[in-house]
Amino acid sequence: MAEFETYEFDVLVIGAGGAGLRAAIEAAAHECKVGLICKSLLGKAHTVMAEGGAAAAMGNVDDRDNWRVHFADTMRGGQYLNNWRMAELHAKEAPDRIKELEAWGAVFDRTSDGRILQRNFGGHRYPRLAHVGDRTGLEMIRTLQDRSVHRHQIDVHMECTVVTLLKDGDRVAGALGYDRERGRFKVWRAKAVVLATGGIGKAYKITSNSWEYTGDGQSLAYNAGAELMDMEFVQFHPTGMIWPPSVRGILVTEGVRGEGGILLNKDGRRFMFDDIPDNYKAQTADNAEEGWKYTQGDKASRRPPELLTRDHVARCIVREVKEGRGSPHGGVFLDIAWIKEKIPNSAEHIKKKLPSMYHQFKQLAGIDITTTPMEIGPTTHYIMGGVRVDGDTQMSTVAGLFAAGEVAAGLHGANRLGGNSLSDLLVFGKRAGEHAAEFAKSSGALSPLNAGAASAAIREALAPFERTTGEAPYAVQHELQSLMQDNVGIVRREEEMAHALSGIAALKERARHVRVEGHREYNPGWHTAIDLANLLTVSEAITRAARDRKESRGGHFRDDYPAKEQAYATHNTIIKRGASGEMQLERRAIPPMRDELKAVIAEMG
Amino acid sequence: MDKPMQPSSQHTASDAYTAAQAAQTASARRDKRTFSVWRGEGNDGKLVNYTTEVVEGMVVLDAIHQIQSDQANDLAVRWNCKAGKCGSCSAEINGKPSLMCMTRLDELPAEEPVTVEPMRAFPRVRDLVTDVSWNFRVKKTVQEFTPRPPDAQDGTWRMDQADVDRVQEFRKCIECFLCQNVCHVLRDHHKHDEFIGPRFFVHVAALEMHPLDVADRVPQLSAEHGVGYCNITKCCTNVCPEGITITDNAIIPLKERVVDEYFDPIGKLVKIFSRRKQQAK
Repeated sequence: MAEFETYEFDVLVIGAGGAGLRAAIEAAAHECKVGLICKSLLGKAHTVMAEGGAAAAMGNVDDRDNWRVHFADTMRGGQYLNNWRMAELHAKEAPDRIKELEAWGAVFDRTSDGRILQRNFGGHRYPRLAHVGDRTGLEMIRTLQDRSVHRHQIDVHMECTVVTLLKDGDRVAGALGYDRERGRFKVWRAKAVVLATGGIGKAYKITSNSWEYTGDGQSLAYNAGAELMDMEFVQFHPTGMIWPPSVRGILVTEGVRGEGGILLNKDGRRFMFDDIPDNYKAQTADNAEEGWKYTQGDKASRRPPELLTRDHVARCIVREVKEGRGSPHGGVFLDIAWIKEKIPNSAEHIKKKLPSMYHQFKQLAGIDITTTPMEIGPTTHYIMGGVRVDGDTQMSTVAGLFAAGEVAAGLHGANRLGGNSLSDLLVFGKRAGEHAAEFAKSSGALSPLNAGAASAAIREALAPFERTTGEAPYAVQHELQSLMQDNVGIVRREEEMAHALSGIAALKERARHVRVEGHREYNPGWHTAIDLANLLTVSEAITRAARDRKESRGGHFRDDYPAKEQAYATHNTIIKRGASGEMQLERRAIPPMRDELKAVIAEMG
Repeated sequence: MDKPMQPSSQHTASDAYTAAQAAQTASARRDKRTFSVWRGEGNDGKLVNYTTEVVEGMVVLDAIHQIQSDQANDLAVRWNCKAGKCGSCSAEINGKPSLMCMTRLDELPAEEPVTVEPMRAFPRVRDLVTDVSWNFRVKKTVQEFTPRPPDAQDGTWRMDQADVDRVQEFRKCIECFLCQNVCHVLRDHHKHDEFIGPRFFVHVAALEMHPLDVADRVPQLSAEHGVGYCNITKCCTNVCPEGITITDNAIIPLKERVVDEYFDPIGKLVKIFSRRKQQAK
C-alpha cells in the first residue's frame, strides 16, 4: 500500500471557517477544482462561535455611515499600524459581501422598513453590525457551508490535519496531512494554496478558542519561508465567563454592552467612566443617561465607555481586579438586568436580543441574566498579527501561498474592532479565492511532487509512536499554556518575557521527545503532539515580537513601557525563519499612506 | 416577583457578589465520580469505568477530557466549541441523547456512575466518535436556496422581521444530529436510504418558508425524502438542544404541503399561479 493517497487540485484551501469557505466558493466560481480541508466537521469551525455581528457601513440604521467612517474607525482602533490598503478595501467591500450572503440565503435581523438591521459595537461610530440575535457566526458559516456543498468544483476533506506545506523551489506545491478518523496520510497537490486556519488561542490557558486554534497556518507559512507580521498583538476579549471553572474563557458577546449592558466593580461603581482615552473623549458619553440613549439608537448621543475598544476595556477590568475591586472569582460584573429600570418587559427583550447568552448562563452557570449580573473577565480571543500578505491579492511572501481571515495580518493593526472579523473573512476570503484562482490558472501544470519531502514529514509525524520512553504531550501543552498566560498575557514586562522565552526553549526540547500510546485511528494524544509544534512556534513568535516592542499600543501593553511611543508608530514587526532555522525579527517601515486616505482620517477626527 | 423600582445597579452587583462568594465556598467540596465510558472500535467494545475528581459546575465533557488527559490519552471524543454552539459533542448520557458540553454533572444522579456512549443511529468509529458523514451527503440532495429577483432599487430585498421569525427558528440548528439519532425511523428501522430525518426536514422547512425562496421542494419530500415515515412522536423536538419545535413547526407543515400538493390539485394550481406572479413582480 502506498504511504499516502494523492489528490490534485487547482486551489487548495486549508481551513473551512468563514474565510476558507468564502475563498473556496470564489475559486469554484472561477471554475477551479478546489480542495477544502476542515480540521473538524464541515460547519463546526470557530466562526460558528462569533456572536455579535459583521461590520459593514451600509447605513441602514444611521445614514451618516459610509466606508470613510468605517475606514477611519478601523485605523483608529488599530492605532495606525494597520495595512491601510486592507482597511480601505475592507470598508469599501464589506457591504456588498453582506448583501451577497443575503442573496445566498442568510436571514439577518430586520429594520422596521425591512432592511438588514445593524447594531452598535465597540469602536464603531455608528450602528454597523449586521447580525442575527447573538448567533451571527452560525448564520454566516451555515450560509456559506450550504452554498459550498452545492458547488461541484469543491471537494471537502473533513477532520484532516495538515502537517506541512510542500514546495517546488520557491513556490508552494500543495500540502501533506492525515485524516483523523483513520490516521491515513494524504498529499493534496495544488497550484495555489489558501491558508484560512484561524488563530492561536490555545497557546493560552484562558481562551475563548476551541482546541483547533493552535496556530497551524501561521506555523505552516513560517516553516515554508513566509513572513509573519505583528505577532505581538493578541486580543484579550474583555468579557469571558469566569465561573464555574469549567466554563472559564467562554465568550460573552460584546453585544451585551451594545444592547445597554454596563460594567460594575464589586462596589457597584461603573468604573469605565474613570478612564477614557484622549483620542476617544470626543466620541464618548460623559454620563450614564447619554450612554443609555446611545444604545437605544439616539443619534444625538455619544457611545457609553463600555463600548470603547477591547484592549482598553480589558485593561480597565484588570486594573479593577488588581486594585482589589474585582468580583469573587477575579473578574468584574457585566449587568444587563439593570435595563428593567428603563424598559418594560426587559426580560423578554433580553431573551430576544441575546438568546444564546441567556441560554449559556442559565445552563452553564445557573444564572438568569435578566435578573442577575454576570461575572466576567478577559479571555484570549484573537490574534491581530499573522501571515504577512499583499493587501489586494492576499498572497504571502511565498509564491502561490495565500492567507485570509484571522491567520493573515494587516487589517486590524494593533487592535481589532469587534465585528470587523466576520466582515474580514468575507472580504478577504473572496479576494484570496479570486487571486489564488488567477494564480493557479496562469501557472500551467502542477508542480512535480517531492515524494522525498513528503516521506520525511510522515516519518517525523509518526515519531511519537516509535518512542518507548518520554512523557505524554498533554503535560507539555498545559505547561506552555500556563507559561504564556502568566508571562505574555494582557500586561507584559521584560523579565517575564525573557523567562517565557527560555521556558519555550525547554518545552520545545521536551516536545521533541513526547511519546504517544495506541494507534493512528482517532487518537487525540497524537493530534496534540502534532499541534504542539505549531503552538510552540507561534508562542515564540508572539514573545519575541512583544519583547521587541518597547511601548504600549493596542492589544500589546507593557508595564515597563506603559506609554505609546512615536518611535514605534511607524513600523511593523516582521518575523521570518533564518537559514539555519532560527527565528529572525525585523522592524519594517509601514508604507506611506495615500493622500486621499490621510485626508479621510483627518476629516473624521 | 420583580421589584421594578427598587434595585439600583449597586444593589444587584453586591447581591451577585454575595451569591458568587457562596458558590465559591461550595466549590471547595471536591467529590469523586465514576464514569462508565464506551470504549472500542466499530461494533466491538464495552463500557469501561473511570473514576475522576469533579468540582462544581463541571459538565460531562470536562470529565471526559480529564479522563483523557490523566488516564486514557487515546480516548476518542469529538468536540469543538464547548459552549453548545457547534454541535460536535453529541452522545448518549445515561441513555439520553445530549451534548456533553451542556450537560452538567449536578443534573445527573450522584449515587450511580454516569454512562457515556456514542450515538446509535450512526456507525461507530472509535470510543465516543461516530461516522456522521451520511448527514452531509443528505444535505446535497436538497435543492439549494433559490431567491426571487431583488425587489428594491438597491438590488436587495425588503423583508419584515415578522416574516423571518419562523425561518430564524429553524436556522438556529447547530447540526448536532441528536434529532437524527433519536428518530426511530433511523435509529431502529435504519431507513437512511429513504428518509432524510428531522434535521433535514428543518432544513427543507427553512428553505420552503424563506420569504425569498421560489423553488418547490415538496414533490421531492414524499418521493425521495420520505416525510411520510415520520409519525410525529416528537422525540426529535424533545432532544433538540436549541429548543426548535421540529415536529410542530417544521415537519407537520411540510406534511400538510405534501397533502395539499397531491390531494388538492386546485389549490396547487392557485399556488403555482401566485408564485409565477410573485416571480414576475
